[in-house]
Amino acid sequence: MKYFASLYAELDETTKTNEKIAALTRYFSQVPPEDAVWAIHFLIGRRPRQVVATRKICEWAAVEAGVPEWLFGESYEAVGDLAETVALLLPAPAASSNLPLHDWVEQRLLPLRDQEESIQRENLLLAWRELDGQQRFVWNKLITGAFRVGVSQKLVIRGLAGASGLKDAVLAHRLMGDWEPTPEFYRHLLAQEGEDTDISRPYPFFLAYPLEEKVQALGLPEAWQAEWKWDGIRAQLIRRNSQTFLWSRGEELITERFPEPAGLGRLLPNGTVIDGEVVAWKSEKPLPFAQLQRRIGRKDLGKKILSEVPVVLLAYDILEDQGKDIRGQELHWRRDRLEALANQIPSNEALRISPVIKTQGWAELTAMRQQAREHGVEGIMLKRLNSLYGVGRQRGDWWKWKIEPFSVDAVLIYAQRGHGRRASLYTDYTFGVWDGDHLVPFAKAYSGLTDEEIHKVDAFVRRNTLEKFGPVRTVKPELVFELAFEAIQRSSRHKSGFAVRFPRMARWRTDKKIEEADTLDTIRALVGD
Amino acid sequence: MLLELADQGLYCPAGSFHVDPWQPVNRAVITHAHSDHACRGSRHYLTSRQGGLVLRARLGDEAQIQTVEYGEQIDFDGVRVSLHPAGHVLGSSQVKIERQGEIWVVSGDYKLDADPTCSPFEPLRCHTFITEATFGLPIYRWPAQSDTFSAIHKWWQNNQKEGKASLLFAYSLGKAQRLLAGLEPSIGTVFTHGAIEHLTQAYRASGISLPTTIFVGGAPKNTNWSQALVLAPPSAQGTPWMRKLGDLSTAFASGWMQIRGARRRRSIDRGFVLSDHADWPGLLSAIRATGAERVWVTHGYTAVVARWLQENGLDAQPLQTQFAGETDDANEVLPLASQGTTVSSGEEKL
Repeated sequence: MKYFASLYAELDETTKTNEKIAALTRYFSQVPPEDAVWAIHFLIGRRPRQVVATRKICEWAAVEAGVPEWLFGESYEAVGDLAETVALLLPAPAASSNLPLHDWVEQRLLPLRDQEESIQRENLLLAWRELDGQQRFVWNKLITGAFRVGVSQKLVIRGLAGASGLKDAVLAHRLMGDWEPTPEFYRHLLAQEGEDTDISRPYPFFLAYPLEEKVQALGLPEAWQAEWKWDGIRAQLIRRNSQTFLWSRGEELITERFPEPAGLGRLLPNGTVIDGEVVAWKSEKPLPFAQLQRRIGRKDLGKKILSEVPVVLLAYDILEDQGKDIRGQELHWRRDRLEALANQIPSNEALRISPVIKTQGWAELTAMRQQAREHGVEGIMLKRLNSLYGVGRQRGDWWKWKIEPFSVDAVLIYAQRGHGRRASLYTDYTFGVWDGDHLVPFAKAYSGLTDEEIHKVDAFVRRNTLEKFGPVRTVKPELVFELAFEAIQRSSRHKSGFAVRFPRMARWRTDKKIEEADTLDTIRALVGD
Repeated sequence: MLLELADQGLYCPAGSFHVDPWQPVNRAVITHAHSDHACRGSRHYLTSRQGGLVLRARLGDEAQIQTVEYGEQIDFDGVRVSLHPAGHVLGSSQVKIERQGEIWVVSGDYKLDADPTCSPFEPLRCHTFITEATFGLPIYRWPAQSDTFSAIHKWWQNNQKEGKASLLFAYSLGKAQRLLAGLEPSIGTVFTHGAIEHLTQAYRASGISLPTTIFVGGAPKNTNWSQALVLAPPSAQGTPWMRKLGDLSTAFASGWMQIRGARRRRSIDRGFVLSDHADWPGLLSAIRATGAERVWVTHGYTAVVARWLQENGLDAQPLQTQFAGETDDANEVLPLASQGTTVSSGEEKL
């Protein structure tokens, strides 16, 4: 735990990528496999679920620290992070534990989940007393299921590559899919050679970069393949050893939740991996993402939902063919293989090949992009025809060219404090639009402002609070922001009657008065009624 | 009431004087020279002898400043006033006000931790204690100073190895000099930003011995910044001034650095916990030691400290003042980088 806690501190203290990688490499070179594998597990975000209820942690920590509940609350508000608040409030530790990470996790942390409350309490207090300040903080992060430190999976992989001499891509692939944090897995992960024994393992997804320049900057249009950018769930369909696995990009196994594409598996030859998008699809066109959301997270699929929101797999790439990894082949070659495969298997309505958009050049494609909304898609994908299938997000070969978002001018009406880095700053805002002569809450947004703007809005909120409801402040309507969002649809659960997708602040309209903000009528027009 | 809260600040009607007024008045008793306690423009100032030069550096040559020894009594219309060390910065005082046996003490800003650059905090018995509460939450418990200083030393050594300048931000009055006095001598000459150099000279002129410093602006052309430790006020962060130093690592020495979020918000590499204010246990023990039955809490986490004291049997109440706590200069960035705002009470300050 000591090493892991100091690794956390090192990662937390620097914003420089190279220093983070160096710290990771040092760590992995230093600790035994049984610790390293847990560290990877946590660092790449496979943290355990919360093992002790937040309410209990607060209660027990407050008693141990000798502070009343209200004072614990005040402290929490100032710190903005539960794990840290508890670590700071507890009495100074008498010891600093030398127990290694895997023992802390396997012997102390995981058993907490199933313990009776009184035993849980006793064990938690014991742990707090044994750990020093930094260890306590990391431990609290782990038990609250909120472990997060500023490293991406990519950085962890680079750190591991530094410690092992293996290639990033090999490590990335071996870290995909379902694995248990065991020393055996770690040895396999760092093995120089060897067959992959996990037949369910997906390949790392190749991700596109947003296109911000003019499309003409990409050079000759003949060198590119254009497709619609589907609004669904990126997924890999795997058929190996007569078994089928459907993985989401979040590396969740979603085979059972989407029986339609999963059913395709039986039709595919063994040793096939297809990359595509799970999309809600009806009457030859995609349904809005909000419809697909009704299927996400739902395990029991009744007839009703299956018929209301059927899904298909829009296949756009093939990564494994006849048991061979073909990611090193060029895109046009893979595309030919994909189409050949689709022709060779019995036709099935759950499989569609994402069509290639044929145009005469950039001008025509630009015009097509304007119609994206009518096609129910998010924009256009541009893939270089001779590109190999890479790992993760890389600039140059795959671009996403989204349609311009919707935009609405709205008025700041409520504000709430943020968390973590933004704790105690008012950073979470609710915006209203005009409904007659009053402002009705329309959307919440947290992102899009610069730090400097956040400080200004924060100061405004503090000086112009009309009312407080718990953590929420009602502020004097005065500031106007341009909100951008990707999609909009009717919703009975929202006061305004509309729900928007991924709203964010595009601009602070300091030039606008609140009377100039948009109205519900404008918004109705966006939806098209 | 011996003291009341007037528009200009704390006021003693019987003695016709203000303590740390935030607007110009006729007679101002000044606890210390930080700008939220020492406003310009008053007709007469009274401060401690030790703080005289520093206050002069802040208020300018025109100001009429009278100084007294710690413990020396002055009579204002039958009200006896004396200044006693507060341990905050050089010359910082608590103000003891006595009339017909009733004693009030205004703490100003104070700390209990040792500081070689100023006289240590003197506990005073009183009936009413007016205290600050900048760090009035139990999350603020200061680590041992020696740990902080050795962490700073390690950071500098590591930066030297990596060929980076060490730029340490610290408030220019008090914290910077405390750092200079406490750093390991092996660091050698420390470089200073102009704002800090100016006040460091005032400290030296007041008889505080501090290691040699070199003003960054006057440093030789061939100075090897990659081996240097540089002290600068927080307001220098992100200014073109920093470019001169080349590749660097930044740090901030402040009580606020106790909180991870406060460090991350400032986008600095390291935070070192070192405060010139009392921490939570310090505040509580100082308040208890006065024996006061009535406590007014002027700035910082006023509501929290007042409520805690009430629950522990004292007649306590928060006071709306314009003291800011650990920020020392209108030009300097507030702890939370809340630029452009006027900071009034503790709740808003963090």
